[in-house]
Amino acid sequence: MAAPSVSTSPHSAIRSTLPAGVRWPDISFRWLALLAAVTILVLIALVGWELYQGSRLAIGHFGPRFLVNSTWNPVTDEYGAWPFIFGTLVSSLIALVIAVPLGVATALYLTELAPVRLRQPVVMIVEMLAAVPSVIFGLWGIFVLIPWLRDHLFVWLKETLGFLPLFRGTIYGVSMLAAGIIVAIMILPIITSVSREILRSVPNLQREAAYALGATHWEVMRIAVLSYARRGLFGAAVLGLGRALGETMAVTMVIGNRPDISASLFAPGYTLASVIANEFTEATTDLYLSSLFELGLVLVAVTIVVNVVAQLMLRSLAGSGTGKVR
Amino acid sequence: MTTPSQFQPTARRHAWRKFTSGAMAGLMLVCAVAVMAPIFLVLFFLVREGASSLDWSFFTQLPKPSGELGGGMANAIVGTFTLLAMAAAIGVPVGVMGGVYLAEYGSDRANSWIRFTADVLNGVPSIVWGMVVYGLLVVPFKTFSAYAGGVALGFMMIPLVMRTTEEVLVLVPQGYREAALALGIPRWKTITVIVVRTALKGIVTGILIAMARVAGETAPLLFTALGNNFWSHRLSEPISALPLQIFTYATSAYDDWHRQAWAGALVLMGMILSLNILVRVLSRDRSFK
Repeated sequence: MAAPSVSTSPHSAIRSTLPAGVRWPDISFRWLALLAAVTILVLIALVGWELYQGSRLAIGHFGPRFLVNSTWNPVTDEYGAWPFIFGTLVSSLIALVIAVPLGVATALYLTELAPVRLRQPVVMIVEMLAAVPSVIFGLWGIFVLIPWLRDHLFVWLKETLGFLPLFRGTIYGVSMLAAGIIVAIMILPIITSVSREILRSVPNLQREAAYALGATHWEVMRIAVLSYARRGLFGAAVLGLGRALGETMAVTMVIGNRPDISASLFAPGYTLASVIANEFTEATTDLYLSSLFELGLVLVAVTIVVNVVAQLMLRSLAGSGTGKVR
Repeated sequence: MTTPSQFQPTARRHAWRKFTSGAMAGLMLVCAVAVMAPIFLVLFFLVREGASSLDWSFFTQLPKPSGELGGGMANAIVGTFTLLAMAAAIGVPVGVMGGVYLAEYGSDRANSWIRFTADVLNGVPSIVWGMVVYGLLVVPFKTFSAYAGGVALGFMMIPLVMRTTEEVLVLVPQGYREAALALGIPRWKTITVIVVRTALKGIVTGILIAMARVAGETAPLLFTALGNNFWSHRLSEPISALPLQIFTYATSAYDDWHRQAWAGALVLMGMILSLNILVRVLSRDRSFK
């Protein structure tokens, strides 16, 4: 899988010292390569342009009210994004609450505790999870996870934590919580592998110093490793959030697809990505389609901001190098 | 916080610290097991539910109308390969050339912007690519098409391939380039014959990883390739793909279709895992990583 690399390129010396060539094959090859590289910038501009074009009608019609309006009614042709923004945020937050502790703990286990022979196989197994397509998680979610959640975990949660509004109400199976759990499973690999990279970049000097003071394994991890790597781990979590926000197929298949806002996590919900997936080809009016485009614009704006933040956090960390000792 | 007792190591305190450490280690082991569990659960059910519905007709027949038993996903399997081929036709040349530029030419500043944008693009939700290509190709040509699906997947491949290509090219020792240039070999030939050749295995690995990633994508195909239940004779017509068919069947109301969805998922997972195993084999003895 394409785990974002934490290191920056140390490569500048290579480029600058070599002649680029002056004859036409050299020059045309270089231009061809430049053209390919610039495609990246064209692509991101294209994303912005197409989504803006598509949503212009809705933007003009509803204005900024679109974001906070919670009515989504194709019959009366009135559209608001709030239920989907709410659903996206809630399901992603549930996913993070589950996946971040699990992922970081696994990364800690892998870097600090696991026998060296075991590390590579465990990493491979976790990476295999990243290879599973979203739609297969969805299929598995519908026929395996949801029935189990509905009959066991949700019932148990309702009995033990039912005093909280979060765990009240009718249990359908398809729900915000089910979506959060599926997304948690899907972002576990990226959180684990990025956290592992971060923890591995903690200098051994940190650990040795703590051990020398007589710290136990856990104290070393807590004082010397975790606190040192705090910012990078936060970056890993933000990266996971970026993935969670845009998860489409599996979420669509287990969240229940109802644009309701409910305090209960057992209630069905809807997310930005899943309403687009479900209703795009059924959009009967121009305004309907345009509103879906605007949801896409909201989704892409949020994910790009989240990804930029994550990249900056992970990058500044790599940039500051190993000399950073606090 | 600094009570005097903290500075007086007593036997009890020592035992408590030991215990905490052991308990946390145990907890982490439990977490690691919990993280590993889902892949086994998914694979177990895929094999259990999928294998029993997998037969010869699954690979050779077209889908039957709802209510009729039998039928297969032959068109979807062919469709997935068609779409992958088109995606590779776009993603591989652009991605590899872009990677060459990032590793061999350009300035630090400009390149780090492109690199940064590529990483951000990798985080763009796949459904967005579907909408973008819908606006770009489906609306102007007034039809869903295999082309549109291939382009959507191809766009997703470009930043993936570009980044992995760059990463392996950077690992090629500088001496190789200098030696080639010292012999009077032009720069473009140095890059194609020496640098890319040396890193070829790594580049191919990156391409395969990108293909495995887009092979399972459903969201970008929903409103580009659209899917259909017949053979697609032209690339300007809608085309089916395994993930699309799995989605349609899984969310339907028919038991027979659910059965087929599992079979389709098993086949898709098998394809993707084979690609991943190929990647492992290729990268096992890579000299530069």
